[in-house]
Formats: sequence, structure tokens, C-alpha cells
Amino acid sequence: MINLKSFLPTLSLLAFLAIWQGLAVYVNSNTLPTPEVVAKVFWQGCVSGQLPFHLGVTLLRLVVSFAIAMLLGCAIGIVLGRNKKLDAFFDNWLVIFLNVPALVTIILCYVWFGLVESAAILAVVINKLPNVIVTIREGTRALDQDLLDMARCYRFGKRKTLVHVIWPQLHPFVMGATRSGLALIWKIILVVELLGRSNGMGYQLHLFFQLFDVASILAYTIAFVTVIQLIELLILKPLDKKALRWRR
Amino acid sequence: MTDIQIHIDSKTYPTAASPTITDLKLSLNSNEFICLVGPSGCGKTTLLNIIAGLDNDYDGEILVGRQHTYPKIGYIFQNPRLLPWRTVRENIELVLDGDQSSEVIDNLLEVMQLTPSQHVYPERLSLGMSRRVSILRAFATNPEVLLMDEPFVSLDAPTARQVREQLLKLWQQRPHTVLFVTHDLREAIALADRLIFLSAAPMQVVSEIVVPIARSERHNELAVESFRQQLLENHPEIKQLL
Repeated sequence: MINLKSFLPTLSLLAFLAIWQGLAVYVNSNTLPTPEVVAKVFWQGCVSGQLPFHLGVTLLRLVVSFAIAMLLGCAIGIVLGRNKKLDAFFDNWLVIFLNVPALVTIILCYVWFGLVESAAILAVVINKLPNVIVTIREGTRALDQDLLDMARCYRFGKRKTLVHVIWPQLHPFVMGATRSGLALIWKIILVVELLGRSNGMGYQLHLFFQLFDVASILAYTIAFVTVIQLIELLILKPLDKKALRWRR
Repeated sequence: MTDIQIHIDSKTYPTAASPTITDLKLSLNSNEFICLVGPSGCGKTTLLNIIAGLDNDYDGEILVGRQHTYPKIGYIFQNPRLLPWRTVRENIELVLDGDQSSEVIDNLLEVMQLTPSQHVYPERLSLGMSRRVSILRAFATNPEVLLMDEPFVSLDAPTARQVREQLLKLWQQRPHTVLFVTHDLREAIALADRLIFLSAAPMQVVSEIVVPIARSERHNELAVESFRQQLLENHPEIKQLL
């Protein structure tokens, strides 16, 4: 007997495609192309190399800005979580930066540093950094003091304590920041590219918007969302599984 | 092994009106098993934390030999405090310096009957087994003093007896200076070379008594009970501490 539960995701995807196809046929307009047209545009983009190129450029920006934001955010978050005075000093600034609109940061970075790659990366990092800091800070505040005392008693030292006692406890928070970070960063990158870069998904989407080319917009979007899903399935979930194998 | 002198002039918590410990002097002889017996909340855990270097906010001094320093300790907490993301063996390996022979760990695991569980994560262990791992971890570091903070609390009587016997077996194989906190007088008599009775806060030494029962007789519950009765009759000041 076929396991219905494992079949449900495929069924929901097929239902979505069927509704899309039905609507597209009913509307019969360029503003809503059928899945088949989008698939053709997708394939043409792949064959011409345009889609992989722009996708690659955006992914590179994503990887660089994400890595910088996560590394800095984890380090600052741990320090603020462990040091009450520093936390009190920076707390208001964190709240302020959390609430500055992404668009403002992007525009200011381009105005101050020019329409260059580093300004684009900086804008993304500034938008993501407070989010990572706050998440990791909360995780650090929740660290088990008993285990930290045990590490002190047995003279673990700073490196050993960080790797074996603190980091495993922060894992759920780091994964939370990673997932919300990926979702946030790629949306910000598209705006950054739209406003000040001459390549990447955001630039292409802007171009398609001017041409009113909805099929290409959808093809590029599907490509990007698929890549993010693959990152979740091939990298994040196995990482989770490995890190949490000790749980019942 | 070196003798250890502990002298705490005063220990007061910032939020407390009066000191928790005043003028407490303890002398720990090499490889001696000492039980600290005192009422709940008298400051026994505070004392162990001071010796462990976890609490530095006190007036006093700790001498290892003639040096003002903290002894190398193995701490067996009430809660075993094992890293749940490391297996039993990894938890022990982590407290060692890396280059120590795995034979040492194998031997310790065998004494505590934990060899079959060495690759198991702590969440899958019973409380009694977790306590045994915690004891084993403390012994593995070859400490100058072993601190034990009511390690058998919340174990059922047969399990507590079994773990206690394994602890004694391990200790007799690898003698160490032990400071064992309990408020169970029978347990203290069954384990200790010397009993130190502590008052309620501010904690002070009320009396020190050497246990005259031979090591080979410690499993004899009648001998332990008889000494306990004798102790309570001859030292009425102890009764109110239990």
C-alpha cells in the first residue's frame, strides 16, 4: 500500500500546478503565463547560460555576506550574552539597527561608498547582523551554568569550553539564525542588486519588470527558491541531524 | 599526594545579611576519606565551590602543601553534569589531557561496570549510571582532592548502596583525598575515615570524629548502625545537626 503521508508533498505541488495552469488558461494573458511557458523560459535561460550566471553571482554575494554576518554576529552575540555591562551599553543600538529599514541602509551604503561590490555586501551584512547578534545573545544567556562550572572545575580552558560546552548549546540558536538569515539575506540582496548592481538576480528581475516579462520573473524566482530549498535539504538538515544525534 | 589546609575567615553572599561561613579550618590529609555532615543549607556546597575555585568571593586561604593555590580537583556534583552531546567515553576523555592512555579509561570503565555503555549518550543512561560516570570522570583526572556533593541523593536505596560500594572499590584501588558532603550519618560512617560535623550557618566545625570501623567491616550494616548509636549517645551536639 502506498504511504499517503509521503505522497502528500508531491500531491500538493501537483495541485498547485493544476490551479496555476487552470488560472493561466482562464486569464489568457501575458501577465500570468502557464507553467509550461515558464518551464520553457527556464530551460532557455539555462541553455544560454544567463540564468546560471546571474544565479551564481547572487549566490556568491549571499555566501559572502551571510558568512560575514554569521561570524561577526556569533562572536558579538556570545560576548554580549556573557558580559552584562557591554550588553547594557549596546542594547539600545541593537534595537535601533534591528528597526532601520533595509532600504535605508542600502541607499546610504551606496551614497557613502559608491555603487561598488563592497558597499552592496556591507549593506546586506548591516541588515542581517543585528538579527544574528540578538539570537545568539539570547542563546548565550540561556547557557547551562552548571556545565560551565563543570568545565571550569576540570580546567577545560577557553577553546575547549567554547567548542565542547558552549557551541553545542548554541547550535539550535545558530541554526535558527541561519535559516532566518538565508530567508532574509536573499531578499535583501535582490533589492541591493536592483538598486546598484549590473548583474545578479535582482538586476535581472528589474530588467524583466521593465520589459513586463512575467515568465522570466517567475522562472528566475523558481530557480532561486529551488536553490534555497536545496541548501536546506542538502546542508542544513544533515547538519542538524549530525549535531542532534545524541537526542532521544 | 599533598596535605591541604583550608582556612576560611568569612564568606558572605552579597544579598545575605549574615555570613554563611566564619572561621572554618579544615586539614585534609593525603588519601583520607572525609565526610562533611551538616544540616541542609548550612553552606556545605558553598565550601566545596570555594575549594573548587568556583567561588572566589571570600576571605581566607587554601594551602596545597605550602603553596597558596587551588588544588587540582575532581568534582562529583549532585547532578552528574555530563555533556549530553558526548558519549560516556568522550565525557571522560574530555577531562583528560589527550595523551593519557586509553587503558586508564578502559580500567575505570571496567571497575564501574560501564564498559558496555561507553559509547552511549548520557540521556540514555539511568540516574545511577550517570552518577557512576560522574565518579569515574572525577577519578580519571587523578585529582589532588575529590569533592563529592551528595552524589547519591535521589537514588533508591539498593542503587545507592551499589554505587557506594563501587566508589569504595575504586577509591581503594586509586586512593585519593576525598571530601564527601552528606547529611546521611549511616552513609558517612560507611565511607569515611574521619567525620567532620558542621553547624548551621554561619558554618563552623562542631566536632571531628575518626571512624574506628575497619574498612573490611564497612559493608556490615550492624557495625555501622552500632557505631551510629554510640555516636549519638556520646555526642548529643550532633543530634541537632542531622
